[in-house]
Amino acid sequence: MPSTREIRRRIRSVKNLAQITRAMEMVSASKMRRAQRNVLATRPYADRMLDVMGELTSRAVSRTGTLLEVRENVRAVAVIFITPDRGLAGSLVTNVLRRGSRFILDERQRGRNIYTMAVGKKGRDFLARTGQELAAEVTKLGDYPRLADILGVATNMIDGFLAGRFDEAHVVYSQFVNTLVQRPVIKRILPVEAPADPTGASFDYTYEPDRDDVLRELLPRFVEVQLYQAVLESIASEHSARMVAMRNATDNAKELQRDLTLSYNKTRQANITKEVSEIASGAAALAE
Amino acid sequence: MPIHLEIVTAERVVLSDEVDQINAPTKDGRIGILPRHMPLLTILDVGELDIIKNGEVTAFAVTGGFMEVLPTRVTILADAADRADEIDEARAEEARRRAEALLSQRRSDQEMALAEAELRKALIQLKVAALKNLKQRNQ
Repeated sequence: MPSTREIRRRIRSVKNLAQITRAMEMVSASKMRRAQRNVLATRPYADRMLDVMGELTSRAVSRTGTLLEVRENVRAVAVIFITPDRGLAGSLVTNVLRRGSRFILDERQRGRNIYTMAVGKKGRDFLARTGQELAAEVTKLGDYPRLADILGVATNMIDGFLAGRFDEAHVVYSQFVNTLVQRPVIKRILPVEAPADPTGASFDYTYEPDRDDVLRELLPRFVEVQLYQAVLESIASEHSARMVAMRNATDNAKELQRDLTLSYNKTRQANITKEVSEIASGAAALAE
Repeated sequence: MPIHLEIVTAERVVLSDEVDQINAPTKDGRIGILPRHMPLLTILDVGELDIIKNGEVTAFAVTGGFMEVLPTRVTILADAADRADEIDEARAEEARRRAEALLSQRRSDQEMALAEAELRKALIQLKVAALKNLKQRNQ
């Protein structure tokens, strides 16, 4: 049985641990709320853009040579891993990495070349460790990235597609469902899926300079904003996963602390009992 | 009959308001939008976007994007839009200097293009801020 001093020391360290995880939980909670707001803030832009795109693609446009081009023979595929920079977020990172590697394996089996790109340190390290061809990466985005922060990766993706280095691009990230549920998903962002025909009143727009020019300018921005949205969702997922993980850690630490306190008291009492009986038997021996 | 104007960027809704007139920089030159304009979809250029409401002019610096014009509604999908009184002059100035330094070092084509875009953005922000200062002094 460990000595009372040893148990006391362990109780103290568990207490400190609980304090730290509790603080991290609160920090994550507030960051999560802001990250959620940021996700929502991009919706109006993306929605308006979808409307305009639907309007543009509802009529015949030449798709070859644009980001809309669907290629029949897909030889190479780009996969963009969106992960947090830091761990301590439960199974979030593992889930995303597993989803992504399964996709890579599937595509390899179909005889396709794989290019990878990474947003976030965890994904980058994983790809480098497993020896993937890493075409572009960005890390240390912080908790509230701007659109400009991910343009490097987006531009690489768009250029690679247009140059024919790969025929499709997919992002794998953690979709934010709610505080308790984050789902690893894989989503194709290139070629761009033209939205279904807008059913509402259609306007006879004049285009300046012309329809093709407008579409050519619009498509890259649409891709950028989709990537940006995925990054923001990943961040919201990260913070909520970390919040939940830290709450569990705090609960576990509290429970451990209770157990330790109990055994501390037991040991203390056993020691006292032992001492009393020793004194008593000593006194009894003297009295004889 | 006012126009309902919305300026949105990928990061936020910058403005949503009823206005009387919009003067916007497009790829084909500056155009003015009044109510009942014909439906138009146009590409914006880097420049100063003026919004006129009750005779009062508010200036925004935009760095490209799109403008969708409908008879009573205008939506601007801007790459970046800053209200003149939000522009931090010092910050714009510093961005300009950084871009210039980068240009003088001359690196890869892509970095060049990026630096050039940064420089143009900084210049237009400075211009809008200067214009606003001037207007305030004249009042």
